[in-house]
Amino acid sequence: MAKKLMKGCEAIGEAAIQAGCRLFFGYPITPQNEIPEYLSARMPAVGGTFVQAESEVAASNMLYGAAGAGCRCFTSSSGPGISLMQEAISYMAGAELPVVIVNIMRGGPGLGGILPSQSDYLQAVKGGGHGDYRLLVLAPSTVQEAADLVQEAFDLADQYRNPVMVLGDGLIGQMMEPVEFTKSIRPEDLPAKPWATTGAKGRKPNVINSLYLEGAKLEAHNWALAKKYEAMTRDVCRYEAWHLEREVDVLFIAYGTVARICKSAIALLAEHGVTAGLFRPITLFPYPGEVLAQAAERAKHLLVTELSTGQMIEDARYHLGKHRPVHFYGRVGGMIMAPEELVTKALTLVGRQV
Amino acid sequence: MYTEIILAGFGGQGVLLIGKLLAYAGMRAGREVTWMPAYGPEMRGGTCNCTVVLSDAPIGSPITKSPHGLIALNLPSLDKFEDTVRPDGVIVVNTSLINRLPRRTDVHVVSVAANEVAIECGSAKAANMVALGAYLGASGVAEPEQIKTIIAETFGSKPALVTVNQAALSRGYAAGQAQVGAAARG
Repeated sequence: MAKKLMKGCEAIGEAAIQAGCRLFFGYPITPQNEIPEYLSARMPAVGGTFVQAESEVAASNMLYGAAGAGCRCFTSSSGPGISLMQEAISYMAGAELPVVIVNIMRGGPGLGGILPSQSDYLQAVKGGGHGDYRLLVLAPSTVQEAADLVQEAFDLADQYRNPVMVLGDGLIGQMMEPVEFTKSIRPEDLPAKPWATTGAKGRKPNVINSLYLEGAKLEAHNWALAKKYEAMTRDVCRYEAWHLEREVDVLFIAYGTVARICKSAIALLAEHGVTAGLFRPITLFPYPGEVLAQAAERAKHLLVTELSTGQMIEDARYHLGKHRPVHFYGRVGGMIMAPEELVTKALTLVGRQV
Repeated sequence: MYTEIILAGFGGQGVLLIGKLLAYAGMRAGREVTWMPAYGPEMRGGTCNCTVVLSDAPIGSPITKSPHGLIALNLPSLDKFEDTVRPDGVIVVNTSLINRLPRRTDVHVVSVAANEVAIECGSAKAANMVALGAYLGASGVAEPEQIKTIIAETFGSKPALVTVNQAALSRGYAAGQAQVGAAARG
């Protein structure tokens, strides 16, 4: 397929189709409405099913059922809707169901606003729902990467039998960029799921459940889940290192579209004679903390920047230790930092007059 | 090559569409492109804008506070963005709806009565194409023939619209070249 100019949301919808997903359940909310809009036409065209549910609670439980039956399925929403899905997400993590959940973040808390934000980092990475579980969380920075990561999210969900969240912000959902789909798989060519409830004629019934009333059994289940999360940490950590092949005055640490703004700032800082680089986590859980710590050793100043009052910085600080300062620059409420703001902050850190 | 353009007007004037055409043309020319709409609490008849970035290298920020170019289809757009345009940049002013010229003296200005020109071409709705043509004529960031091809593909099912929009683009292009042309292109 040749390069097409697509909105991030449309590319996410098409990526799901190309990944062999034929079931979408969702409920409208800005700024991700172009995902259901796109799929409402595209799913029927490829023999799939698009369901606009009566609520996010319903959509997420439809996901539980479809995933339990062994189907590739996904949903998308934004902050307030994702909050409504948390119960089902916890149950799906407990029942080890492979699903993909896309969160195109807007400002909060509460109803907040519809403009871009990175306000749901902690909800995505640290839980959100109840119980001792983790989501695998992927954060794209371009429309092409959003498409690639959505396709990969389905494979990772199947591989680990775990819900995978693709965490974007309003910018990536609404922006148009050229995108190309180079991989495509048909639903009938996907690997079999022998654990799924596909009809028990001639075999022992499969059970999809998250209820373990005996302490010892639940403990064994919890440790089995923990082992899975350890395996993800060992095998799936992803990051981008930008202009870090040298020592730098300032190391930006940012994810998603904010990382792009850092790249613009890095180019501007070069004009001031300041060397800067970027460390961009692509997986937010597992967090690529060890590599970040190595990158930080070759940087004089550390600057985390987010569209939040400071969420990802908690993971950065955890891995960077308490012996050196980790600075922060955040914008919230749908306001987005200009590259020049990051330049000013960086120049202040290196002791330049601004 | 690296250019940031803000395209702004009333909702319904087609600024998002001409932004997309510009981004498509950039992509067809082998460039990196981004198109970013302002999608806040916009309302019918309210102001509307999008930002297009064209570049030979991967694009960082898809939004800007200091564009190289501005297409202003109505007065609120000129009021809001005039001061943000970089020195030596290009401002296209739709004089059909804007009763003043830019105060800036360090930018290249194309003033074109986009609505009247569009009516002469066959439809008032093509004012956006006149303005886009004027910007291309002044800045040279994309080839008008490339945009005309994309117009033909976009409106293929309605041949009458293709002719009108292509004519409007050409008229705007001629105005942009005549008023600024070589000066802005350096």
